[in-house]
Amino acid sequence: MDFINQIINGLSTGSMYALVAIGYTMVYGIGKMINFAHGEIIMASSYFALVGISSLGLPPVAAIALSVVLTAALGVITEKVAYKPLRGKGSLEVLITAIGVSYLLQNVFYLIFTSSGKTFPDIMPQGSFHLGGLHITYITLITLIISGVCTGVLLFFIHKTKMGKAMRAVSEDAGAAQLMGINVSSTISLAFAIGSGLGAVAGVIYGAKFSLINPYIGAMLGIKAFIAAVLGGIGSIPGAMVGGLMIGVAESLTISYISSDFSDAIVFGILILILLIKPAGLFGKNVREKV
Amino acid sequence: MKPLLKTSGLGIQFGGLKAVDEFNFEIGEGQLFGLIGPNGAGKTTIFNLLTGVYKPTSGKILLDGVSLNKKSPTQITQMGIARTFQNIRLFKEMSVIDNVKVGLHHSHEYSLLSSILHLPSYFKGEEKMDQKARELLSVFGLEEFADVKASNLPYGKQRQLEIARALATSPKLLLLDEPAAGMNPTETAELMETIALIRKKFDISILLIEHDMKLVMGICEKICVLNFGTVLAFGSPDEIRNNPEVVAAYLGSEE
Amino acid sequence: MKKKLVKSLILALLMAAIPYIVLTLLMSLGILNSFWSGIIMLCGINIVLAVSLNLATGYLGQLTLGHAGFMAVGAYVSAILSIYYQWPFLLTLLIGALAAALIGIVVGVPSLRLKGDYLCIITLAFNEIIRVIIVNLKITNGSRGLIGTPHETNFTFVYLIAALTIFVVYSIVHSRHGRAIISVKEDETASELSGINITYYKILAFVISAFFAGAAGALYSHYIPVLVPKYFDYNKSVEILVMVVLGGMGSLPGSIIAAIALTVVPSLLISFSNYRMLIYAIVLIAAMLLKHSDAGIALKRMIPFLNKKGKEESL
Repeated sequence: MDFINQIINGLSTGSMYALVAIGYTMVYGIGKMINFAHGEIIMASSYFALVGISSLGLPPVAAIALSVVLTAALGVITEKVAYKPLRGKGSLEVLITAIGVSYLLQNVFYLIFTSSGKTFPDIMPQGSFHLGGLHITYITLITLIISGVCTGVLLFFIHKTKMGKAMRAVSEDAGAAQLMGINVSSTISLAFAIGSGLGAVAGVIYGAKFSLINPYIGAMLGIKAFIAAVLGGIGSIPGAMVGGLMIGVAESLTISYISSDFSDAIVFGILILILLIKPAGLFGKNVREKV
Repeated sequence: MKPLLKTSGLGIQFGGLKAVDEFNFEIGEGQLFGLIGPNGAGKTTIFNLLTGVYKPTSGKILLDGVSLNKKSPTQITQMGIARTFQNIRLFKEMSVIDNVKVGLHHSHEYSLLSSILHLPSYFKGEEKMDQKARELLSVFGLEEFADVKASNLPYGKQRQLEIARALATSPKLLLLDEPAAGMNPTETAELMETIALIRKKFDISILLIEHDMKLVMGICEKICVLNFGTVLAFGSPDEIRNNPEVVAAYLGSEE
Repeated sequence: MKKKLVKSLILALLMAAIPYIVLTLLMSLGILNSFWSGIIMLCGINIVLAVSLNLATGYLGQLTLGHAGFMAVGAYVSAILSIYYQWPFLLTLLIGALAAALIGIVVGVPSLRLKGDYLCIITLAFNEIIRVIIVNLKITNGSRGLIGTPHETNFTFVYLIAALTIFVVYSIVHSRHGRAIISVKEDETASELSGINITYYKILAFVISAFFAGAAGALYSHYIPVLVPKYFDYNKSVEILVMVVLGGMGSLPGSIIAAIALTVVPSLLISFSNYRMLIYAIVLIAAMLLKHSDAGIALKRMIPFLNKKGKEESL
């Protein structure tokens, strides 16, 4: 029973990773770059929600909505200011810029909020319930539900709407999509907006789950989600979801059965294993560069 | 004549699409062949197969009787197939002469240790490479540009530098992917002379993809016409010119 | 050609000797006090780090964020050998550097086979793993820090290792091996199809880079009184990257000057420390954005050492 409980906890944390991983994968699929600053954008979203609730006194739902909008805007601004001028100029330059952006955000929030943790308000019902021998907290359940709904809406958007179709087209072949009259630039912005918006949901969940946020929470969350995206096959949305859940479960099982000191190391070990065995990930395609 | 390169039943599929299928081809030592066909016929894909950039899904490639199927692009280049690219791929930030020296890399070996310790083998090796590189550059009239950054060369010269770099790997077979693309008639005429010259001087076989019919018909001994990934016709320029199928599929639509 | 090279070698040796003699004199005469000699030592260590990272990132074009991790391996391995086994300093330095190189192979082989940006994340992850391991080990005394490493690092050693690093990287870059490494950065496919074994050269440059980071670590651990794992976190890796980017990727004099500047300026402006990382972030973004803008190109022409031609002549 304890084992199943740990799996459920893992799935819950994993669904949070999945929301973040989708951001990496969408930006990679459409913009062909790793947005190294994605973790920091999510850190920012936690602070946006915190300020909304604690300083502005907004009700939680409004604060979350505000955080999603601000974070999406932050993602789009980052793309326009820092990444767009370098598009097509070589991945090394883009990557270094992205590291710069991630550092910039971390330090701006450090200067505003200092490095000491801020308590995140309880916006989800506390406590837990029992279900046939299982012991499940409400937060675990709510996280699973919110993540499920978000990914469902995203899948509907990608597959059933015109804008979603445009995104898939740009991801297949940006040049051809442009010739078909798709505005590639705004599609990339849209990918950043959606990725960051979903990340904001994850950022709020993070705050509610761990009750404490600081300017450095984005780094580790970002890396784990990135590993999830690679595990699932970077560029694949279902891959990011499955990868996120798997990383969450692996982490939860490591913490409860091996040691919490090594949970990070094991997650990194998974990354190295995937790259050795199946670098394209579970759902990824092997893409050869056009010669 | 003994075939230098021989392919049998060569094919590759991308997803369900057969980009190249049942490609049977032979080129002997010192021969100059052309590979033509409409856009999307699979010409560059064949170059990618021959140089190991793509792995064939069927068939065999033999160079001097040795199978290339499982070799990496690096190994294939070292075994004697060199190529140029449709869209020029020079080492842009490196000097003209350094581009050629990269091609000379594997035939002029001195160890890492001797370059760090500046042993005699380092100086000897560097001197030889410099000499060889300048010789190659002079074939194309590029020696005066030796220290210029490659990306600062005019377009026509960049194409020639790419050929020089390919020749530096001392190939037995040189693959030229649209060498005259973007050139004016004078430059093309010059290029035809250069191709004839290097073939004699370096005693190599050449296979070239080209859209400029005058160039292909003018210098190639035999021409292979590709359509939808398969060989449509193979023969001398005259045979190709008078082949009704080719006229219908290719020449007819273009001229 | 050979004579010319021998001449320039002698010239380089002279150029290397003069600052050494001048600085030694200034320090022994007490004109430079212990505060300044401390800064000079750190400058030397940072030069080793920046120049070695430049080989992997500037010349090879592979972004690594684990340089502090390699430094940590060298620092701890050499310190432990010195404390527990009393081995001579230069031997522990060599073994520390070799250990870092060995870890470099373990990290580099899986990630360098792949194209793309995986290396950056893997090296970052590796940096964290190393730190976690050091914190959890007994022999390293965890996060409290290792005390009692003999204070063996002096100006002569730092200067020697820094000069050696510059010389080795310079020699590699100006050989067939260096051209192969640079060609990988320029165009991997074209490099492969010019007969270059790109995987070999990627791993080679990466491992040499890790080796010298390890050596820098050994210098550091035999200089600092308490060796704490926190020093080797992600921030240190980024700091070294900033040195390479600010000095110009693929420029050795640039790396040296930037390493000195980024050691001296923060040491003098203590009040600056809160904003240091923020400024580093801005440097990274601005350097990349300016590199491809007209203003940036104009700026580059004005500063001779960032300029390619100037670079060739000044070393």
